[in-house]
Amino acid sequence: MGNWVVNHWLSVLVLATWLGLNVFLFVHAFLLYEKADKYYYTREILGFCRCSLKKQLDHNLTFHKLVAYMICLHTAIHIIAHLFNFERYSSSRQATNGSLASVLSSLSQEEEGVSWLNPIKSPNMTVTYVTFTSIPGLTGVIITIALVLMVTSATEFIRRNYFEVFWYTHHVFIIYFIGLGIHGIGGIVRGQTEESIKENHPHRCAESFETWNDHNSHCKPPRFEGHPAESWKWILAPVVLYIFERILRFYRSQQQVVITKVVMHPSKVLELQMNKRGFSMEVGQYIFVNCPSISYLEWHPFTLTSGPEEDFFSIHIRAVGDWTENLLRTFEQQHSPVPRIQVDGPFGTASEDVFHYEVAMLVGAGIGVTPFASILKSIWYKFQHADHSLKTQTIYFYWICREIGAFAWFNDLLASLEQEMEDLGKVGFLNYRLFLTGWDSNIAGHAALNFDKATDILTGLKHKTFFGRPMWDNEFCTIATTHPKSVVGVFLCGPQALAKSLRKCCHQYSSLDPRKVQFFFNKENF
Amino acid sequence: MGQIEWAMWANEQALASGLILITGGIVATAGQFTQWYFGAYSIAAGVFICLLEYPRGKRKKGSTMERCGQKYMTKVVKLFGPFSRNYYVRAILHLGLSVPAGFLLATILGTACLAISSGIYLLAATRGEQWTPIESKPKERPQVGATIKQPPSNPPPRPPAEARKKLSEEEEVATGVSSGPQENPIPVTDEVV
Repeated sequence: MGNWVVNHWLSVLVLATWLGLNVFLFVHAFLLYEKADKYYYTREILGFCRCSLKKQLDHNLTFHKLVAYMICLHTAIHIIAHLFNFERYSSSRQATNGSLASVLSSLSQEEEGVSWLNPIKSPNMTVTYVTFTSIPGLTGVIITIALVLMVTSATEFIRRNYFEVFWYTHHVFIIYFIGLGIHGIGGIVRGQTEESIKENHPHRCAESFETWNDHNSHCKPPRFEGHPAESWKWILAPVVLYIFERILRFYRSQQQVVITKVVMHPSKVLELQMNKRGFSMEVGQYIFVNCPSISYLEWHPFTLTSGPEEDFFSIHIRAVGDWTENLLRTFEQQHSPVPRIQVDGPFGTASEDVFHYEVAMLVGAGIGVTPFASILKSIWYKFQHADHSLKTQTIYFYWICREIGAFAWFNDLLASLEQEMEDLGKVGFLNYRLFLTGWDSNIAGHAALNFDKATDILTGLKHKTFFGRPMWDNEFCTIATTHPKSVVGVFLCGPQALAKSLRKCCHQYSSLDPRKVQFFFNKENF
Repeated sequence: MGQIEWAMWANEQALASGLILITGGIVATAGQFTQWYFGAYSIAAGVFICLLEYPRGKRKKGSTMERCGQKYMTKVVKLFGPFSRNYYVRAILHLGLSVPAGFLLATILGTACLAISSGIYLLAATRGEQWTPIESKPKERPQVGATIKQPPSNPPPRPPAEARKKLSEEEEVATGVSSGPQENPIPVTDEVV
């Protein structure tokens, strides 16, 4: 728990502040409509009225989704509240009992047309008609439909399997924001004007509403004005920021990217080594890539697999969907000018913490192994050049995957690191274990028969492949005994379930004595 | 855009429309709006649509994530045979269901969303898509008795005693062949590598 607080206190603070502000604004607006004199007559017809405010702050995907849920929730509240409002307006327009509500409703557009309160102008008008013939109503319906389309195409199932549907549909947010900006024009939510309150204060005059039209009464008929549109004030700043970001992305994408090397790895993996002027990266970062010859609008993120010390930056792309398959096919055909690539980035927080631990336990599961390519290369460079910022003395790397075909390129990286370490005589620096979770009796039998060979038959590496999942208790135990006085940093890039078991082991195997071995689990967002 | 299965998105949209219809219907009925009986209809239509659309169909390629607990509704939806398989039927059905809800402001949003879903289903139908139920394949337990042939009648030839001791040490390390009668859950075939 303490670890979690240390890792997350900033996000929690920001979130709590934002939620608190939301709640405060909601309550403030609510009380305003409930209690203020200006809205006394409005309340008479409507009972009570709610106005919801939507603020948008775009930080990252999780926050974006949270904001989206809030928008949906507030939209629902907003619509339901206005439905009740309109129903009440409609029934008081139709009322013939001479009550205050019906008198207020019949205040019509005399004298500069500002004194009306009830937007439903005649008893025959239906609420549906008013909705579709007024700006707020029409824009409301349109942007709510846009919101529903955005949400249904953004469910995880659709996003993962039919990405283009999600990506292109999500662009109706343009319609959404334009509609939201003009939604408030029309002044349907009305309150009494300042001058009118002087002539007809509700506390004084509400009882005597039958006599308002008499010449000698103290109370004149009240006059109302509508709210000006306000939502643009809230969305202006984020929209400007977003436009600025898109312009920046466009500008960056126009800068030339030179592809220095293209490597086709087995199992449909493409490696691209590139150069771009002014590009500098840190370990664990990612870039967005666009290939105009495949699709103008699609930008896809890829983790950088090169170390910052190299004179190029590289990504490894695996063919898993439409865009990636197209990309691989285009590069396979080896056209004389290579297809143009646009790059935006790098993004993401650098994983600097990796270098600060004496002993580092790096766990990469499946595709999560990609950021570690960058990290391992960087550690190796720093080690070779005796960089003082590198505190790491030993690394334990756990690579867990179903089958290694897709990561044969990572295999080669490990093999070359292994070779270089032998040359430098530092064999104990990098210890890695590969765990194959998708094995069958054929592979196992094969491995058992070749037991006494020096290198592993599957990977060609010095360390033997293990089958099945790692037994973390054993691993932690071994490391704790080998490094009884060190601080061990555990880094994971993989599924949540694995994070839970690793965290548990960290707590279990950290010694109570702070001078002895301590395991720190770092939740890295690669 | 070659591999899009429009029916999957139409399914999500229809499910959302069902929920919107239910919500709008509850608001209209509980608030006793004028013509609230359209609201009551809306609730019933919404529930029906949610039940129909809850079981997700199988994707053409790759594995499909089932919705939680959908196998019960899958059985029911499967019973309707061609009526639930064919997306033209669904398109027309949704269009028809959406019309009555359009008479009430509280449920008109549901109408619009359901009509859109109907349109996407129509698109899916014209591309030949179909609803296939997701069924769990029964796990085939290998018949142990059928694969083990006649057990050997003679004991295997054994090397002399000293060699036997060394061999058993190596075997412990290699975790390879095990001797003696043993039930093999997976058929063991001899392969010369």
